[in-house]
Amino acid sequence: MKTLVINDDNSLTKLGVVIQNTPLSLPSTRVNSCMDKSVSLQDSLVSVKNLSFARGDKKIFDDISMEFERGKITAIMGPSGTGKTTMLKLIGGQLFPDHGTIQVDGQNVHCLRKNELYTLRKRMGMLFQSGALLTDMNVYDNVAFPLREHTHLPEPMIRTLVLMKLQAVGLRGASSLMPNELSGGMARRVALARAIALDPMMIMYDEPFTGQDPISKGALVHLIKSLNNTLGLTSIMVSHDVQETAAIADYIYVISSGKIVGQGTPQQIKDSSSEWVQQFMTGAADGPVHFHYPAKDYIDDLLSSGKRY
Amino acid sequence: MIELLQFLGKATRKSFKKLGRATFFLLEIISGIASVIPRPRLLLKQLYSVGVLSFLIIVISGIFVGMVLGLQGYYTLSDFGAEETLGVMVAASLVRELGPVVSALLFAGRAGSALTAEIGLMKATEQLSGMEMMAVDPIKRIISPRFLAGLISMPILSALFSAVGIIGGQLVGSGLLGVDEGAYWSQMQANIDFEGDIVNGILKSLVFGFVASWIALFEGYDAIPTSEGVSRATTRTVVNSAFSILGLDFLLTALMFGDN
Repeated sequence: MKTLVINDDNSLTKLGVVIQNTPLSLPSTRVNSCMDKSVSLQDSLVSVKNLSFARGDKKIFDDISMEFERGKITAIMGPSGTGKTTMLKLIGGQLFPDHGTIQVDGQNVHCLRKNELYTLRKRMGMLFQSGALLTDMNVYDNVAFPLREHTHLPEPMIRTLVLMKLQAVGLRGASSLMPNELSGGMARRVALARAIALDPMMIMYDEPFTGQDPISKGALVHLIKSLNNTLGLTSIMVSHDVQETAAIADYIYVISSGKIVGQGTPQQIKDSSSEWVQQFMTGAADGPVHFHYPAKDYIDDLLSSGKRY
Repeated sequence: MIELLQFLGKATRKSFKKLGRATFFLLEIISGIASVIPRPRLLLKQLYSVGVLSFLIIVISGIFVGMVLGLQGYYTLSDFGAEETLGVMVAASLVRELGPVVSALLFAGRAGSALTAEIGLMKATEQLSGMEMMAVDPIKRIISPRFLAGLISMPILSALFSAVGIIGGQLVGSGLLGVDEGAYWSQMQANIDFEGDIVNGILKSLVFGFVASWIALFEGYDAIPTSEGVSRATTRTVVNSAFSILGLDFLLTALMFGDN
């Protein structure tokens, strides 16, 4: 039995409805069971349901649900260390959740066999924060890599495709450079060209703007938006760069301490009354997310006899 | 006392866990070898970096080890008037023991450490994760070709080590110390058995190549993805490979030459 409720105006704008805590009729002992046949919403390419994940004793996600609509750019924002990258790894099937399910294009990622998962991943591009370029290959070969691995295309056709992808990111002229000869922004653009080499249905961006100069940031913002529109992609972007993300995202989830603390369109997020969201959007040093890591009393610590950390 | 027991218990459990991971890793490597065969370029590239680039250190070390054997052997054998058998002594020492063992130790130091550092850094820079996300199995694409290259290279390097060592022994024995050159070679031909000595030596080097490559690749793949983690993994590769090679050498020698 599913409970369909209209959550709030934000969700209404995005999806119309959300499915909460589905399916209620299943035993709760293992929610991420592969027997879970609950459907994701038709507009959603990626559907995260009741996800819980912990590393050791630390809870990263505590029963959270998200929907990523087809053809849109959905951003996951939040302070450092809240598990944004972990979410991408869970969606990509590189990590297993403790509870809950993740469906990508109707397939439960964590119930797939290895070859089925790899087939799905061919349709998922991912841009790593570091670029993750193969350091023993030049730019051209890095972009050609997925084409050579997964297709039997003749080399002249691969050349054409690679040059088209590099032209799209503005780096056709850099095709003979090695990764160590690229700037951080260039490396990310090459990685982006590689991520779209197989014309995927979606791309996951892991902190695409981190450590970039304003020009590179601007170039990446433009690229992400234009690629999403022209190629009809679905984009999931993890970032804590508020301005750049708000400029291109259609919908934003703000997570903190394992929970979703805010969601909505960029304007709704800006207008949110949530203390969590406001602290994040305005960059306040202290608030619900404390400046200090939990510790014992400062004075006691200073006066206590010399325990070395 | 309790703390000591707890420490030992934890260390033992950790070791068994690691051994389990390494075993599964090995099974994956072996199952991935089938995918390397239709792509000989991958293997050739690794044969170059693992095997050909180890050539120089093996040849230079082999010559010096052979020359030292020639010197030491001559001084000992001449006491008994048996310097004519210098060729047998040098060849038997090299083919049976020093060739496989020393070349494997050099291989672990030169190629093994390089493999660990390379794989560890690929992990630290998310290249392996990137491959997984591109639906390319890093075990098949990265690990298995390197393993196979190590397995093929080791016996060749070991044979090379023994061959140049024998020449080094001859250079010192005949060239400097006056042992008859004909006696050096003929005694060697007459007394070194192809099956008992040479084949067993090759078998040893195959086993050492298998173990050294496995350890090097596993340590890299299992490394903590930080600079310190990769550094420690590289050290572990050299130390664990050396222990394994020497321990296995004793075991294999007892099995192969126990009846003699």
